[in-house]
Amino acid sequence: MNTLFVALRRDLLLAARRRSEVVTALFFFVVVVSLFPLGIGPEPAMLRRIGPGVLWVAALLATLLGLPRLFASDHADGTLEQMALSPRPFALLVAGKIAAHWLLCGLPLVLLAPLLGLQFNLDAGELQVLMLALLLGTPVLSLIGAIGAALTLGVRGGGTLLALLVLPLYVPTLIFGAGAVEAQSAGLGSSAQLSILGALLALAVFFAPWATTAALRIAIE
Amino acid sequence: MMEKNSASSWMRYASPATFYPLAGKLQPWFAGLAALLTIAGLWIGFFVAPTDATQGEGYRIIFVHVPASWMSMVIYCAMAFWAGIGLAFNTRVSSMMASALAPTGALFALLSLLTGSLWGKPMWGTWWVWDARLTSELILFFLYLGFLALQAAIEDPKRADRAGAVLALVGVVNVPIIYFSVKWWNTLHQGATISMTKSPSMAVTMLWGMLLMALAFWMYAIAVALARVRNIILERERHADWVRQAVEAS
Repeated sequence: MNTLFVALRRDLLLAARRRSEVVTALFFFVVVVSLFPLGIGPEPAMLRRIGPGVLWVAALLATLLGLPRLFASDHADGTLEQMALSPRPFALLVAGKIAAHWLLCGLPLVLLAPLLGLQFNLDAGELQVLMLALLLGTPVLSLIGAIGAALTLGVRGGGTLLALLVLPLYVPTLIFGAGAVEAQSAGLGSSAQLSILGALLALAVFFAPWATTAALRIAIE
Repeated sequence: MMEKNSASSWMRYASPATFYPLAGKLQPWFAGLAALLTIAGLWIGFFVAPTDATQGEGYRIIFVHVPASWMSMVIYCAMAFWAGIGLAFNTRVSSMMASALAPTGALFALLSLLTGSLWGKPMWGTWWVWDARLTSELILFFLYLGFLALQAAIEDPKRADRAGAVLALVGVVNVPIIYFSVKWWNTLHQGATISMTKSPSMAVTMLWGMLLMALAFWMYAIAVALARVRNIILERERHADWVRQAVEAS
């Protein structure tokens, strides 16, 4: 466990020295979400209807932005190889890096979402569910995305390729995440969707670091 | 002792040099069977199967649409299987087989989408509906494209094989999750659309036509994959002596 925190601390420290990257992804999220009412029109009823979906799609895209950097700089200066060779379990180091990615790219989205949800006329109950769904869903996005980032490490046109690989795999998270808020506004209660999101998170926590490690070893070789 | 012998004789074909001639021998048989079964299946589909009571003649596209959808899913599983074997045992031919299957699978997924939309026009009055099956087929098509794009982007064939294998295995775990989430999403959003489920009283001849076409597509997929894997072997093993001899002999 200590290993995980070492990697986590290191990545957070590196990010703290270069704050602009984190802020850029967050700003991207805000801008994309704000563009939708401009493109579609300001009717409150319709905005409320599309709000959860728009916020979720923007969250997927904002998560994607940070992914190519997840391993790239460590790969470039050889740190990643040292991590793979070190006696500490590589999977835990990778899990720590993924956790850092979520803290930097996912958690700010969760905290900012209610503010943007207000623009879409969502009420307090819906905002609460939106936050909960994002809290459960964004770690899944980071975990699955890490597999894609590892597979495309050092590949020509890696960023675009990463989106092509990862976005189809994001479909279940998107469906249940946006579905949770919609079920709440339809008065059905969102516990089913949130439970499934939790199940997806459990699956991803278990399998994704392992698959990412395998993909990284292939890339480093 | 016997078992060990049979196992080792089977494993012999994991080597490109022994698999290449075997694939060459098998390939025409599968191609011939594919042609015969397609003729039989289309004949039943067009001339023997009765006109559908509710859908008229338009339903006959089912004889291509349903087998193509089946094949697109089967081939993804087969691709993940061979990719996984290649990753686990480091057998080159298995990984080449996975790469050889991917374009055929993508083709079937595309065919299934195109025939689905052609079918949708007369039946539902639109080219595209967000039907659960069409949507998950579309996502399966994206997964194929991702696999092909990843393998195309990596220059080192060994790394391309292994990276593709990880992606295919991740994909195959996700395919059922995606399918059920799309199905759930679909029932939530369009409770009362026309169901694509066939009427229970499907004529026996229709079923036969569909089975024959499915078999024909199986044979076609195997024949094309074998032909493609032979090309991949030639390309990757071009520095080996046996390849030079094989090319000179032919």
